[in-house]
Amino acid sequence: MAETHSLQDMRQQAAIAAKVFIQRDYTNGTVCQFQTKFPSELETRIDKQQFEETVRMLNNLYAEAEKLGGSSYLEGCLACLTAYTIFLCMETHYEKVLKKIAKFIQEQNDKIYAPRGLLLTDPIERGLRVVEVTIFEDRSLGR
Amino acid sequence: MSAVMITRKARKWEKLPGKNTFCCDGRVMMARQKGVFYLTVFLIVGTCSLFFAFECPYLAIHLSPAIPVFAIVLFLFVMAMLLRTSFSDPGVLPRALPEEATFIEMEIEAANGNVPAGQRPPPRIRNVQINGQIVKLKYCYTCKIFRPPRASHCSICDNCVDRFDHHCPWVGNCVGKRNYRYFYLFTLSLSLLTIYIFTFGIVHVVMRSVDSGFVKTLQDTPGTYPFMLVCFFTLWSVVGLTGFHSYLISLNQTTNEDIKGSWSGKNRVQNPYSHKNIINNCCEVLCGPAYPSVLDRRGLTQDDLPVPASTATKSNPVPQTTRTTAPLIPNEHTPDDAKPSIADLAIAHAEKISPSPKEEKPPTPPKAPVIPKSPPTPTKVPPLASPETDVEASIIIAKEKAL
Repeated sequence: MAETHSLQDMRQQAAIAAKVFIQRDYTNGTVCQFQTKFPSELETRIDKQQFEETVRMLNNLYAEAEKLGGSSYLEGCLACLTAYTIFLCMETHYEKVLKKIAKFIQEQNDKIYAPRGLLLTDPIERGLRVVEVTIFEDRSLGR
Repeated sequence: MSAVMITRKARKWEKLPGKNTFCCDGRVMMARQKGVFYLTVFLIVGTCSLFFAFECPYLAIHLSPAIPVFAIVLFLFVMAMLLRTSFSDPGVLPRALPEEATFIEMEIEAANGNVPAGQRPPPRIRNVQINGQIVKLKYCYTCKIFRPPRASHCSICDNCVDRFDHHCPWVGNCVGKRNYRYFYLFTLSLSLLTIYIFTFGIVHVVMRSVDSGFVKTLQDTPGTYPFMLVCFFTLWSVVGLTGFHSYLISLNQTTNEDIKGSWSGKNRVQNPYSHKNIINNCCEVLCGPAYPSVLDRRGLTQDDLPVPASTATKSNPVPQTTRTTAPLIPNEHTPDDAKPSIADLAIAHAEKISPSPKEEKPPTPPKAPVIPKSPPTPTKVPPLASPETDVEASIIIAKEKAL
């Protein structure tokens, strides 16, 4: 089994070989969804199923954040009645889900991607445009 | 004798490209030209003050004290919505970092294949299908990204804004995805406020005239007339604007799309974002989720900026930053190689509804001795193709020259 590297060690020791950017998928409109197409650069590093599962989970989380339904309408109306001052003390639903997403990405990095020399960057740090996958140089060959 | 140099981490807003002004350490974000915004605030506050001073005492006594109370509530709501629209991030998309820009560039090269020498490469467009409709995503040469659908580049603020509606000089900011509902509520509540105080202004004059005659009323209440005049003229424009935006919301369109005629129906194009139901469209635009800002303004960067030490040091001048005590700081870090898309400049000219705004001078560093400021970190991006090498952009340039 491959050694589990901590993310700190990886960043300090490993050199970045390449970066892959997973683009947005606009087929359902302007909602935040990412393409599940498996990039060829990752073929040697990670299982296709695993990667697609990660992106699908991410898409589900974003869909939950942007869901138009009873609770979002209620939040909107309540906020309007208080002239949006309620957001000074309360977190919006979207922000709550973003925290969930950050935790999810951290978990995925720790369990799945870091042992394979990969690193996922939270899309919010790239303006919700891309999922940046950093590929570190593979030093584990011949172990 | 040695100067003690303390460094502090810069916040990200200090390094953001684009022509925005930031206040309160990055919490407030506006466009650079704020003159018309100050005029808006002055008109609203001034008119309402005249109403409260001259009309309300009479109306409270002779009709009902609820009248001024409701006017105050409405006035506070209008100001809250105005400040919210003006100070918030409209939905600015951060520019691509160099690696992302290179990656996109490589994808474009791969998609274009080999262009024979002497021929211009095809325009940078990506086609996506949204709800059965083909939508073209254009490439932004300034931000080095393919713009998401409904996003547009504002040349006044030099940013790509998501769900770009228009740049409003009256609020001193772009109107985009994040602040459109506040803008709409501002125009709606301002219409109601203007109608309200205009109506009660008339009621007040009529009631006084019945009591003491029209001429005496004119002499007793000189403050009424300027504000009635302002109300009368602003009424039409604000109510008209509210009506126009109500129409746009019911169709789930933006002002930008309306002006460009994107979904006008010719060639059988239809708005792929509309729910085909007025109620659903209104709910989505006005009561949808509150989108967070993807522009991290208050995060700390990796760079260190020197901070002036205590005034005890005498001989060695300490390098000073430009952001010490000036309250409003224009953002100076627009990269030199930024070239706004020519097509967007054309559209921005069509959209500009303001009188020519004055460029505000950046505040000079407050303290003597004047010290060279820390140089802005240049954004090093690989040299990428410019608009002039694209067929589509060059057609637009040719059209502009012909006009």
